[in-house]
Amino acid sequence: MFRSINSSQGALITIYFEGKALNVSKDCNVATALLEAGINNFRETTLNNASCGPYCMMGVCFDCLININGLDNQQSCTIQVSDGMKIKRQVINALGKDE
Amino acid sequence: MNSAEYDIVIIGAGPAGISAAILADQHKASALVLDENCAPGGQIYRAIEKNQNNDNEWLGQGYQDGLPLVETFRRSRVNYQHSAKVWHLSNTKMVHYSVNGKSHSVQGRQILIATGAQERPFPLPGWTLNGVMSAGAAQTLLKESGVVCEDAVFVGTGPLLYLIAHQYISAGIPIKAIIDTTPRSNYLRALRHSFGALKNTKSILQGWRWKREIIKSGTLYISNLGDVRINGPDSVTSVEYFQKGKWKNISCKHVFLHQGVVPEINTSLSVGCDKSWNEKQACWTIDVDQYGQSSIKGISIAGDASSIAGGVAAAQRGSIAALNMLYNLSLISSSDKEVLLKPFKKKLDKEMIARSFIDTLFKPHLRYRVPQDSETIVCRCEEVTLVQIQESIDLGCKGPSQLKSFTRCGMGPCQGRLCGLSVTEILSKELGTQEEQVGYYNIRPPIKPVTLAELASSDEP
Repeated sequence: MFRSINSSQGALITIYFEGKALNVSKDCNVATALLEAGINNFRETTLNNASCGPYCMMGVCFDCLININGLDNQQSCTIQVSDGMKIKRQVINALGKDE
Repeated sequence: MNSAEYDIVIIGAGPAGISAAILADQHKASALVLDENCAPGGQIYRAIEKNQNNDNEWLGQGYQDGLPLVETFRRSRVNYQHSAKVWHLSNTKMVHYSVNGKSHSVQGRQILIATGAQERPFPLPGWTLNGVMSAGAAQTLLKESGVVCEDAVFVGTGPLLYLIAHQYISAGIPIKAIIDTTPRSNYLRALRHSFGALKNTKSILQGWRWKREIIKSGTLYISNLGDVRINGPDSVTSVEYFQKGKWKNISCKHVFLHQGVVPEINTSLSVGCDKSWNEKQACWTIDVDQYGQSSIKGISIAGDASSIAGGVAAAQRGSIAALNMLYNLSLISSSDKEVLLKPFKKKLDKEMIARSFIDTLFKPHLRYRVPQDSETIVCRCEEVTLVQIQESIDLGCKGPSQLKSFTRCGMGPCQGRLCGLSVTEILSKELGTQEEQVGYYNIRPPIKPVTLAELASSDEP
């Protein structure tokens, strides 16, 4: 389980993952916010349909790709959360079509 | 609309990039710093300004040492663009980047690539399972948001692995186990370089103290082992390691992997800079002269982006490269350059003294760089396994670029960053040729995935 040990959390905002509201610190990136909420299954891999989540957290590996506000392939470790953001698990098969 | 023009365009705002920018500003050069992060500091000093509001001394002095540098940078007149993704650098020194989905182009008279390091790939069986992250990721989470993960297993070698484990223990976060893959024989080999190490005892003693405190904390510490594998099926359920003739199992949900850092070479290679295989660090390094000048005129590289030497050295290398660029721009004389260089050169030399010792001690064993198990995934993006690479070799595949056509290995969004080194070493071993001859992927622009909408939004005429 991931959790924050910082003394000051700052203001909270609401984001949505698969329709479920999550109250998260406004000062963090999408990948961190989801990990803290106990979510680490961000997408299905394109070939093996394996569950996949963040690996490097510094914009190198692209494992943390996710659907944000209707757009696929968003690099969630490099994107800051914003109020009302709608996030969905990304499922794209090898032919590039949404299932 | 004409694109903006700067004397110096710097890619990356880690210690190398910001040190260069500070000097450029002091000598009246116009400078732009393009940075992928949302605040200056790079990976080593990530979120350092934000962390001043938090009571978190566990991050350590080595981290806090970066604050004056970042503050000086903030006070300078240098143009700083955060959250900028550089996707093309041309050999005419034109830099194309995008911010918030919109593209921009800028012309530099001199370019400094200061894109730093990334973690070395660690292709173990099960390293793609959900719940496996790099130890660098654990550090990023801690610095950026104070986020920690209890009861994780840390696997690997290198100063950063001890650093993060020490930070966790200092913050009172329980670690399930540390599986130290440093080969036993490295200790003996490193001894031969200990003369240098003795001249810079500070960093060596610090590493030794971290390790001692980790063991003293009662954390399960395992060393002298063989193969390691991570078990699933979907998410991590356990880590296994081979020791004294049998497999031993530790059940866990989270694993952090680390076996050193290697230069971020994609930016330099895409513009055509020459590279060489560095046997000591088992990675590619970009060829630069003593001032950081690459094989392409007007393009310099500073810090870990050319070869690994660490954050303190990066700051000196950034300053040295800046002085050389200022000379190239005729903003300082040749004699001024040599005089101004001296303090940075002196500090750099001191940092480099212990390098051989560190490189030798923490060089990961070949069994962790070249997978042993044929079903191990080498390319995470395209899910290409070792056996698929071996089959391609049997069919006549001779190099990394050909391997792309055979298997799509290295053709996913990370553009080979997480498989390229493994591929060079696998091909070298299987074909019986030197890494230098095997080569690397041909890196072409765009060097970061960019959408057509982003390209179309370019403000270039």
